[in-house]
Amino acid sequence: MHAHAQPIGGTLLNRPYKVILALATLGIALIVWRFAAGLGATTALSDGYPWGLWIAFDVVTGTALACGGYAMALLVYVFNKGRYHPLVRPAVLTSALGYSIAGLSVVIDVGRPWYIWRVPLYFWHWNLNSALLEVALCIMSYVFVLWIELSPAFLERWGTGEGKVARVSRAISPWLDKVLVWILALGVLLPTMHQSSLGSLIVLTGPKLNLLWNTAFLPLLFLISCLAMGYAAVVLESTLANWLFGRPMETKLLAKLERVAAWGMLGFVVLRLADLAWRGHFALALRADHYAVLFWLENLLMLSPFWAAFGPRGNPGRLFRGAMFLVLGGALFRFDTYLVAFNPGPGWHYFPSVQEIFVTLGLVALEIAIYIALVRQFPILGALPSRRPAEAVHQEERKWLNAS
Amino acid sequence: MDTDRRSLLKGFAASAALTVIPAEAEARERKTAPKNAVGLLYDATKCIGCKACVVACKEANGLPPDTTGYGGGLYDAPQSLNASTKNIIQLYEEGNEHSFVKKQCMHCIDPGCVGACMLGALQKREYGIVTWDPDLCIGCRYCQMACPFNVPKFEWSKLNPKIVKCELCNHRLAEGKEPACSEVCPRKAVIFGEYHELLTEAHRRLAEHPDLYVPKVYGEHDLGGTQVLYLSHVPFEKLGFRFGTDQPVPETQQTVTHAVYKGFAAPLALYAVLGAVMFRNRKREGSEEEPPEDSN
Amino acid sequence: MQLTTLQSSPRSHSGGMSRRDFVRVCTLAAAAVGLPGTAAKAFAEAAAKGKRPSVIWLSFQECTGCTESLLRTSHPALDELIVDLISLDYHEALLAPSGHLAEEARKKAMRENDGKYILVCEGAIPTKDNGIYCKIGGRTALDLVKEAADHAGAIIAIGSCASFGGIAAADPNPTGAQGIPQVLAGKTVVTLPGCPANPYIFLGTALQFATYGKLPALDELGRPKFAYGRTVHEHCPRRAHFDAGRFAVQFGDEGHRQGWCLYKLGCKGPQTHASCSVLHFCDVVNAWPIGIGHPCVGCTEQKLAFRVPIHDTVEIDRPVPPDTYPAINPEHAGISPTATGVAGLVGGALIGAGLVASRKLGTPNGSPTHTESKE
Repeated sequence: MHAHAQPIGGTLLNRPYKVILALATLGIALIVWRFAAGLGATTALSDGYPWGLWIAFDVVTGTALACGGYAMALLVYVFNKGRYHPLVRPAVLTSALGYSIAGLSVVIDVGRPWYIWRVPLYFWHWNLNSALLEVALCIMSYVFVLWIELSPAFLERWGTGEGKVARVSRAISPWLDKVLVWILALGVLLPTMHQSSLGSLIVLTGPKLNLLWNTAFLPLLFLISCLAMGYAAVVLESTLANWLFGRPMETKLLAKLERVAAWGMLGFVVLRLADLAWRGHFALALRADHYAVLFWLENLLMLSPFWAAFGPRGNPGRLFRGAMFLVLGGALFRFDTYLVAFNPGPGWHYFPSVQEIFVTLGLVALEIAIYIALVRQFPILGALPSRRPAEAVHQEERKWLNAS
Repeated sequence: MDTDRRSLLKGFAASAALTVIPAEAEARERKTAPKNAVGLLYDATKCIGCKACVVACKEANGLPPDTTGYGGGLYDAPQSLNASTKNIIQLYEEGNEHSFVKKQCMHCIDPGCVGACMLGALQKREYGIVTWDPDLCIGCRYCQMACPFNVPKFEWSKLNPKIVKCELCNHRLAEGKEPACSEVCPRKAVIFGEYHELLTEAHRRLAEHPDLYVPKVYGEHDLGGTQVLYLSHVPFEKLGFRFGTDQPVPETQQTVTHAVYKGFAAPLALYAVLGAVMFRNRKREGSEEEPPEDSN
Repeated sequence: MQLTTLQSSPRSHSGGMSRRDFVRVCTLAAAAVGLPGTAAKAFAEAAAKGKRPSVIWLSFQECTGCTESLLRTSHPALDELIVDLISLDYHEALLAPSGHLAEEARKKAMRENDGKYILVCEGAIPTKDNGIYCKIGGRTALDLVKEAADHAGAIIAIGSCASFGGIAAADPNPTGAQGIPQVLAGKTVVTLPGCPANPYIFLGTALQFATYGKLPALDELGRPKFAYGRTVHEHCPRRAHFDAGRFAVQFGDEGHRQGWCLYKLGCKGPQTHASCSVLHFCDVVNAWPIGIGHPCVGCTEQKLAFRVPIHDTVEIDRPVPPDTYPAINPEHAGISPTATGVAGLVGGALIGAGLVASRKLGTPNGSPTHTESKE
């Protein structure tokens, strides 16, 4: 038994939504202030810590939280696990929004954003050794790919009824259908590249990076953690969305996802510890300083499904908790790599300013606001799991589309 | 074990295999100074801390005084290199031991900032001098993250911020003059010249007066070598030179990146594989009426 | 001090003063203005040949301080040597004759040295109401200076009043007093501001012109660069105290007694171009304001002199490093406690909300409270 995705409708501007909008508006106002007054006046960034909350959280951690689309695409389209197909669209929406917000965060963080267009265009100036160039180009392309991946949801909605928009939508759909495979392949390739490059990115800071985190394996560690966080994020968002919109839970399915994430993180921790020992720095993890404490806290949190989630019966609360802590662990790892392990030397200090914090919060609120607005309007949520694999579901969708 | 988990673990293993390659990758070749490289030799034993070089640098580069902080506006008193200070004299003092030290861009032979910069705004240009091109900079500040000496500074207070750092007065070199700091130094504590000659001179001093110096020319090999060389009578760590490794900053990251990407070959190959797999999955599903059930 | 006459000078270089002393004075003069030793010889030789430049010294709205300053040199008696080195053909304060005879002398000197004499002006020129507020011999100062300037070989405005109006031009400037360069627009006027101007600057300038036919290099205000090229602050003997942050705060306090920097008492040194710190007055060591413990009042600068209160501090135009040194690892901006608090609250709230949600989603014994989707 299954149902196709549909808009969930309902009132958009209810009380909670207004609170979210207020936060988002505050964030946007602060962004305007950032551009009017400059980075020095609105952030706590300094020459010692040139990258702060907006990079370490919004970009590095935020994109990992937005790896649900990547993780689900891998599962459904590469490993062909069709039963998870209903989870793909909401995950891709989160990814599209998450990456777009990350991109926006980059635009507000760089000091000379009027030249950003030169990065993709001035290819004869490209420094092919630069990990940041790779990250930038990849993320720029991936944002496009994600919205294209999501576009069937928009075209479905716009394609109903008469009128120019409907006709155009119906005309594009079959064409899009044909090339979608190649877009989806990009949707797996690009995040593989840039998520690992987010690891390479910090490797360049070399001697300034604390030895507990500084390893040539950072690209792999970042890749594993982003996938695990992607699955866990799907668990979180799916649970929240279904609960808050009064829809049936999909605990069994999600439990499987969380298991994948958990085992992935186990691999992560094992690799990390083995690498640390192999590099001869395990003793650093046994010191009584904040580095060691954070190191172990990360590991503990990342393995949380093993001690916080699994139990005799699929309990959505415990599942949620496990996923939450896993995501927290992954986020802490990425945050720590960029802001704690990175040490510019004595005398420098950084903690995000109040403005930075509220810009980040505001952007997250914006993301949630748009998510809610879109799922109410467009067929993103609403599909129920089926025992039938992806393509069969796909065919059903097309039949439904042509019928309406 | 779930097939889910199994296949995903397979996937992880495959990607792990790919990225384990760093261990076996050939290290990229170490760079050497360009033939016509120029540089500075700073001898801390000769420096008297007169700060004439600080004043001359500000004047030659049109930099404003830094009147915030100490002195309530009466002095130009930067506490470190910053957006209005490309050159500074610091004092190390511990008990009876003390030394002045001049800090500015080291003009590394294999710079971290150059490896970082996306569009090559920072590059080793004429004579191996690392210069900054405002037309190619988006202000991402990755160079600041990468520099082990924390040299590039950013104009945080400006709406059109620049990256500010010593460029060896290349605008003066173009007129046949030497950098302002070395020109004005009353004791020739800092001298300008052809890099290889400066290195020879540094070693000559070490050989002639071994009792005066720590037996090392800082910058000869450190972090892959720098075109600004230092001689000192106190340990270099005390002067703020935190890192004694010979490995150039970009080495690890670029080795890993190149090993994995192999130019653009690996991504293209992966793309082809992904596309083929997805295409085949799609085709396979579409051709069967009742596809085989998964065990879960 | 006895006034000497033009015609009978009891002390001429060949008479009362030894040749050695004479040459020494020339050397002094040359050195004071930065000319090489050879110039001294040239001055002496020119004087010996009787080639003394004619100097016509006009006085307007002045206190005669600049003249007095010139005469207050005594080691040796420069006042008399001036008369020997130059031919002071007209000077109201020093002339023996007066009235019509004096005017005759002036006109004769101007006629005989047409185009060659050095015109020295002391004092400002009133311009209001056609300049009637200063008249000599029935003619306005404005008139006199224009006429004299037209036939001069070089024009020197000595003192602040002649350079830019000085005290005569202080607010509200009831006579419309202006400096010589302002009333002689278009002509090259060497200005030697100061209240008074240092006599050696005048001497050097005049001798250089007389011997070499050239005026010294001038800045954009017509001031000789050799004397006015640097500020007092750049040349001050108390500069080390400024750099070290040691300031006298009140007259007579401990710092003042120790000879500390007078910046906080309103010293205008940082904005005043003058040579007072190296060329003292009256041939007495430390006979200059800072030397005796009083802040410089900026008497050579039009924007400061008689305009900015003496004890008002001025900005340092081009700050340079102090006497202190930054540490190897200086402390930079710290962490904001407010931000930490906010972050703590936000983080705590989010995690708390998550935990509450997880509790609501499940039950203690593990069975779900919501409908599961049928699979």
